[in-house]
Amino acid sequence: MNFEGYRRPDGKAGTRNHVLVIPSVGCSQGCAQAVAQGMKGVIYLPNIFGCGQIGQDRDVVKRTLVGFGTNPNVAAVLIIGNGCEQLTTEEIAKEIAPTGKRVESLVIQDVGGTKKTVALGKRMVREMVHDAAKLGREPISVGELILGTECGGSDYSSGLASNPAVGVASDMLVGEGGTVILSETAEIVGAEQLLAKRARTPRVGKQILKAVEWWEKAAIAGGQNLRDGNPAPGNIAGGITTLEEKSLGCIYKAGTSTIEEVITYGSCPTRKGLVYMDTPAHDIEQLTGMVAGGSQIVVFTTGRGSPAGSPIAPVIKITANRGTFLHMRDNMDMDVSKILEGKASVSQAGKRIFEEIVKVASGRLTKAEKCLQRDFAIFKVNPDI
Amino acid sequence: MTHPLNPCIHQKGGAMRGKGSAIVIDEKDNVATALGPLKAGAEVSVEIRGKVEKRKVLSDIPMGHKFALKDIEKGAAVIKYGQPIGRSTVKIARGAHVHVHNVVSQPRGGEAR
Repeated sequence: MNFEGYRRPDGKAGTRNHVLVIPSVGCSQGCAQAVAQGMKGVIYLPNIFGCGQIGQDRDVVKRTLVGFGTNPNVAAVLIIGNGCEQLTTEEIAKEIAPTGKRVESLVIQDVGGTKKTVALGKRMVREMVHDAAKLGREPISVGELILGTECGGSDYSSGLASNPAVGVASDMLVGEGGTVILSETAEIVGAEQLLAKRARTPRVGKQILKAVEWWEKAAIAGGQNLRDGNPAPGNIAGGITTLEEKSLGCIYKAGTSTIEEVITYGSCPTRKGLVYMDTPAHDIEQLTGMVAGGSQIVVFTTGRGSPAGSPIAPVIKITANRGTFLHMRDNMDMDVSKILEGKASVSQAGKRIFEEIVKVASGRLTKAEKCLQRDFAIFKVNPDI
Repeated sequence: MTHPLNPCIHQKGGAMRGKGSAIVIDEKDNVATALGPLKAGAEVSVEIRGKVEKRKVLSDIPMGHKFALKDIEKGAAVIKYGQPIGRSTVKIARGAHVHVHNVVSQPRGGEAR
């Protein structure tokens, strides 16, 4: 099956055709925002990091910013730095350049202040938008999609209906040769043994168990317990009692495929099929990690309701809570509550979700895009220095 | 294709769905999930191992919340999706609300909190 997508110079396929302005450091975020302001087709990343990070955090910030630049939903990139930061514009540009897309850099200290940088930047992105508009959509196999899966604001309906329905769609995409990302490690706690059994090799299974162990230990090292924050108050009001219950409902999003590999936060899958990305359960950090990993489209189930969206990837909101669908129409794309009313099967709902994925991949706007929900947050472990 | 959790969930008709009913996902489960708000004393039909059984709920159960299908001893596993979702902190009577007031998470190899 095909969707209508954008073919990039590196052969990758996009579902959107954005021009992206990346501030390499928090200090240049204002300029990046000003450049994108009022420019149709231009999006900036509200990045506050890029300086004061060392070791793993520095790597993750770099990988995430590079990942957004290389994501095939992006046609061209302008990187704006300040000039004295640790993560330089050249470093990011160098990693994005092999995609063959246009990458430009501006450094505020070199250019000489905000106004000059914004004026130069606006000229550059105007050209980029002009060039991007020349590229049309063409039929591309859905097997080239990397689907991110996520649940947030969960209630009882998530585990009973919307997640299993997404699982059907995930299996369908894997069947078409596509890639599906399952993530949010704190929300597989209690279900990790079930997932490990589905791993392609014992080594991959061990990596899943090790990921859970890391999060448990990291929380304990901080004097906390993963269960202190999870389930969240809204989950509990919605009938979810323990983290294990939430996790068992959560993993149905992944369908029934073999777990091919475990990848780190913001990394691109190296195999097709179902892959596991080790991310936080924090909705926006998770979403950001999957999109940095090349995901061009995301499905997001919710019971209580969530407005979340990504700057560059469409995020389809699915709920099986009829009340939430009616109450938050601005944010909800699909209502699969008929499953719980016995009026539709999980597989029927899953097929509808798959069809919606293809339509949205081909250009149909999601509610999160219409509401300009461009949420962005990078996972970090250590204190800034 | 059947529901990955329970082949019964998408069959037309049946006593387990609709307002005021409840669902049991796996035959090993000792709790059911209310698919609508249930009033204290209400008789609810649930399908267990292919058989429709009645359960009387002992208190009001909000939509999406759980009640016990049978007596659950103190310290016993609470089972949903066929898997343990935690441990009971008190004896839970058949038909009683099962939630954070009487169930705790069970960290691997550690004490329940």
